Amino acid sequence: MLDLVKHFIFISFFMFLSNLVIAGERKFNLGQIATKTEIAGWNIDVRPDGQGAPKGSGDAIGGEEIYAEQCASCHGDFGEGVDRWPELVGGEDSLDTHDPVKTTGSYWPYASTMYDYIYRAMPFGLAQSLTYDETYKIVAYLLYMNEIIEEDYVLSEKNIGKIKMPNQTGFLLPDPRPDIVNINGKPCMKNCKVPNKIIGKARDIDVTPEEDKS
Amino acid sequence: MKKNKKENIKLNRRELLVGTASLGAMAVASNSVFGEESNSKNLPPNVPEWTGELGDGVDANPYGMPSEFEKNVVRRNVEWLTASTQSSVNFTPIQDLEGIVTPNGLCFERHHGGVSIINPKDYRLMINGLVEREMIFTLDDLKRFPQTNKFYFLECAANGGMEWKGSQLNGCQYTFGMVHNVQYTGVKLSDLILETGLKPKAKWVLAEGSDSSGMTRSIPIEKILDDCLIAWAMNGEALRSEQGYPVRLVVPGWEGNMWVKWLRRLEFGDMPYMTREETSKYTDLLPDGKARMFTWVMDAKSVVTSPSPEKPILKKGVHQLRGLAWSGRGKISRVDVSLDGGKNWQTAKLHEPVMSKSLARFTFPFEWNGEKLLIQSRAIDETNYVQPTIQELQKIRGVNSIYHNNSIATWLVNENGKVDNVRLG
Repeated sequence: MLDLVKHFIFISFFMFLSNLVIAGERKFNLGQIATKTEIAGWNIDVRPDGQGAPKGSGDAIGGEEIYAEQCASCHGDFGEGVDRWPELVGGEDSLDTHDPVKTTGSYWPYASTMYDYIYRAMPFGLAQSLTYDETYKIVAYLLYMNEIIEEDYVLSEKNIGKIKMPNQTGFLLPDPRPDIVNINGKPCMKNCKVPNKIIGKARDIDVTPEEDKS
Repeated sequence: MKKNKKENIKLNRRELLVGTASLGAMAVASNSVFGEESNSKNLPPNVPEWTGELGDGVDANPYGMPSEFEKNVVRRNVEWLTASTQSSVNFTPIQDLEGIVTPNGLCFERHHGGVSIINPKDYRLMINGLVEREMIFTLDDLKRFPQTNKFYFLECAANGGMEWKGSQLNGCQYTFGMVHNVQYTGVKLSDLILETGLKPKAKWVLAEGSDSSGMTRSIPIEKILDDCLIAWAMNGEALRSEQGYPVRLVVPGWEGNMWVKWLRRLEFGDMPYMTREETSKYTDLLPDGKARMFTWVMDAKSVVTSPSPEKPILKKGVHQLRGLAWSGRGKISRVDVSLDGGKNWQTAKLHEPVMSKSLARFTFPFEWNGEKLLIQSRAIDETNYVQPTIQELQKIRGVNSIYHNNSIATWLVNENGKVDNVRLG
């Protein structure tokens, strides 16, 4: 009986080894190799250098009509934003003011991000319904409205990675935190000098949802 | 949904009225407990009405729900914050919770294209890019990998974002409730990539959701290999749909936006992808117009959950101050509490278990005799980082950062026991 168990263990071990060989470097032999077609359907991201941008093209003249049909009801005819939907145009020279306006023109560092996001998520509720050409046209129209390209500039997979956005150098890396003074674990415990006067109450601002007002 | 909300409003109003009544009665030493009027027929020496009859049998609720008397313990949103509920956020009612585990149905929600409903049979995870083998996994495949079970907090980087300029929302839930803490079950990404292999040039991972927003974030490979999980369960049961059913990414200690829900794809690459969420959003604008990018870690933070604007003090005498503390850099090592607006501090009791990158519970007994209090809490983590004041943060970051406000909040306890969110200056 013991011999049988030993024999079985030996066979199991042999099978385990041969599994490793058959599976190449795969450790668990789980999952399937993805086909090129499967990957192509889901691999939709576009990087700042243009990698991933699909073949297609469009200019702002062509984009105006599609924008009016697909985008303007939320973002406004001129990208000014309707209700609380985002503004897409303008805001230049506002980032260092009390009321910064962050639009594709004033804030977004890469045109590739506009293509990537519009294709994957817009129109809101109709994700991935635009064609590649329509997406290039809409991006071209937004870039034109933000005075970044001319109206007849033909945007395509060849040049989406080369558009220079106004705020491309507006971002700081790496993260400098912890950026506060006290990182020694020994804060003041007694008679600390701290701002101690009430200068504002949320109750007075009066924007808390009604059911919780007290 | 609408109907529920109405009921909640009613309940809260009733609760409020009852609360006010008992505040009035406080002076004459009312016997009411926690502000609720009691039915004397159910009190000693009488036999309570529920004793004289049988209750529901088993299976009356195949999936049990909270007591009907807890209907006000719900997630809430602030309608004016966003244009639509599909791209919006609500808040965990942390003021009503005990311990450190957030019940699954109360974990705050943040969606960018609504809640996707996915049949697990149709679920696939694709791994492509700079790997030895581009692969696809089913949910069953994922569950056959070695698994891990870990508690982690998830906090939205915008938690407290409305409070940068001043105290704006009068509630613990609305100012601190974009956080939850559950136990995740999943496979470590460092195990999963043993199957796909990794090319030496792979430095970044793009995580992509399959929801209507196709949520995407870039994550550095060091973090992916350190402690990221692909999770299919929370608190012992399958993920809730609103938390990414059937599979989400877990990025411990880092901002919630990176924890991609309804995860469909991980692409390995040699540079960050600069997605919409990590450029136009989740970047922290400074006073000079420049913005910090890739500010991933959630710094140490704490909040007093009771007393709080939703949890007034109803009676004089002994009370237990309660709160939560957490840090994306590791374990909480200490929490201090002040009752005088930060002039004097005392150390609160930290309750076990205190785990890395998880909520920790603290309590502090105090006696209240009708005087005004300015309640604060201050967390210190194992890296010795001390939770800052809002002035310390404003001095460096201004008031337009939106994200990563981990400053100390102040609750004013008024002489009538009501509590206000206030700003000291």
